[in-house]
Amino acid sequence: MKIIVCVKQVPDTAATMTVDSGVISWGDAPLIINPWDEFAVEAALNLAADQGGEVIALCLGKEGETEAIKHALAMGADSAVMVSDPALKDADNVAASKVLVAAIQKIGDADLVLFGQQSVDTVTGLLPVQVARLLKWPSLTLVSKFEGISPDDGKLQVLRSMEEGNQVVDGALPAVVSITKDYGEPRYPSFMGIRKASKAEFPVWSLTDLGIETPSSSITWPEISEPVQKEIVTEIIEGDTPEEKAKNLVEKLVAEKVL
Amino acid sequence: MDFGLSEEHQMVQRMVRDFAAKEVLPTIQEQDRVGAMAPFVIPRMAELGILGITVPVQYGGQGMDYISLGLVCEELEAVDTSLRVIISVHNGLTCLTLLQWGTEKQKMKYLVPLAKGDKIGCGAFTEPGAGSDFAQIQSTGKKDGKDYILNGEKMWISLASVANYAIVTVRTGKNTKRAYQGLSTFLVDLDSPGITRGDIHGKLGVRAGSTGWINFQDVRVSADNLIGEEGEGFKVTMSAFDSGRYTVAAGATGLIRAALEASSAYAEERNAFGEKISDFQLIQAKIARMALDYQAARLLYLQAGSLKNQGIRNTRETSSAKWYATEASFQAASEAVQIHGAYGYSDEYPVERYLRNAKGAMIYEGSNEIQSLIQAEYALNRRRDKKIRLELPPYDPISWT
Repeated sequence: MKIIVCVKQVPDTAATMTVDSGVISWGDAPLIINPWDEFAVEAALNLAADQGGEVIALCLGKEGETEAIKHALAMGADSAVMVSDPALKDADNVAASKVLVAAIQKIGDADLVLFGQQSVDTVTGLLPVQVARLLKWPSLTLVSKFEGISPDDGKLQVLRSMEEGNQVVDGALPAVVSITKDYGEPRYPSFMGIRKASKAEFPVWSLTDLGIETPSSSITWPEISEPVQKEIVTEIIEGDTPEEKAKNLVEKLVAEKVL
Repeated sequence: MDFGLSEEHQMVQRMVRDFAAKEVLPTIQEQDRVGAMAPFVIPRMAELGILGITVPVQYGGQGMDYISLGLVCEELEAVDTSLRVIISVHNGLTCLTLLQWGTEKQKMKYLVPLAKGDKIGCGAFTEPGAGSDFAQIQSTGKKDGKDYILNGEKMWISLASVANYAIVTVRTGKNTKRAYQGLSTFLVDLDSPGITRGDIHGKLGVRAGSTGWINFQDVRVSADNLIGEEGEGFKVTMSAFDSGRYTVAAGATGLIRAALEASSAYAEERNAFGEKISDFQLIQAKIARMALDYQAARLLYLQAGSLKNQGIRNTRETSSAKWYATEASFQAASEAVQIHGAYGYSDEYPVERYLRNAKGAMIYEGSNEIQSLIQAEYALNRRRDKKIRLELPPYDPISWT
């Protein structure tokens, strides 16, 4: 099987985000692989181990921002491709999906394209479906388990996990699949993988290499602001007995129009 | 001169940080309370390769350099000292001593399973009556044909009750000119007949770690298990400390960082006199000191690690790093408790654990009084590094991987 797993680098989730004049900053916090994508890499590695085949990490990002790709390689991906072009600086979801599709087609012969459920920075979860639509492949989102997969028959069966319940879904290969964290904990990079990843060389494709024009973006962010700070006041409800405390609490909640 | 970490080092750091934060941190307070290590910790560290991190691949290890070893220790002790202690005694005292002094046969037989984490090692040097004055140890090894018969007691031995093997130094020569010349070091299988061992309870700190005693009563050990030659035990032990102290220095640096992070977070959220306490200059002074000490301790251990990578003797630099970092970590933990006020005094917050854990490192692997004497001797030109028969091998990215 040939599995392409799309990964993205995002600011460290532990970083403190600030907005200054509409520009988001995370200080000197490092970039990391999008935590959701680690589940996709884990799924890709397990499928390749079970079925035989290769895992290729694909990343769209700024040149030199290779944290996500290196992490995927250190986890065990066989090879990687970076797509980077200054013209993509303000690419929105639609534009990004067009570029990823061109890269997936240039890599060629993929049986599966895996994504994390969403990215922690933009949190849209749209890319997997947009890529599937452009490729005209089935889109299987929120997958927590591969029940069965047969590249020879071109079929797969997955378990979709949602808040409302689970679905078993049959699909055809090739397909685009997004993985939820219910899939199971991703492995840590191994030391051998870290050594391999730190020395790894991989192609960096520009839009020219992909043979496509700069895709237009229709979404912009005219204003970004920090959430309004809420004033939190702590008050201890007094009373001689538990019943009196409860009564006083209810009165307070009614007075504050909470109840 | 580049003070930055390589990409490889950053990935090692993140991997170990993630492991410690995800798998150990959530239950460490409880483990410290009950005074026992979570049973999964050592097998999991073995599985992840952490136990053999700085051992060449040909000897079953992961083939990472000495800087990586330091980074691992910093990350582990930022969560709890007991985690770092595992690396200090298993990788520092045991694996690196075998790597430096072991014969090829000994490395294949003992280092390989240790580096893979199939076996656990510890260093048994200190005795009830001899710690800093190590040349005065009383345990004996008496030659008997091709074997030695070991007798005596070792105390304050980390992982004593957990380990499979111990590096043990005993007195084999009685009438040597100087006491230290009569010492020899052995690798001992701790399941050998005549060995009893147990844990020491009631410790101030490192309660989630194992510290114990090992008693040797007519324990027969083959001469094949001599590490170094007969009479070389003092040198073997001192080089073990050069490795162990490095891990202690790096670990204590992690404890300073943990104290700093906990203090900064608390100071930002705690209010007094109508302001966040982080706005008060007396609090800022404490936090500034921790930040400074963290940087200084980090540079000192990275310097020692860099020398180890190059195969340059680093007794002086490693001793400085250990002395500075462990003093500063105790100070940082104490100030962290102070910043937390009454809450810092309870185990609702981690800083009281940091304070209890920090004290031990000022005593073990050469007390800080010994470190200060070492530094004075170097500064006054009363001490020079003499060439030893076998040096700790430098890191070689080709042959190690």
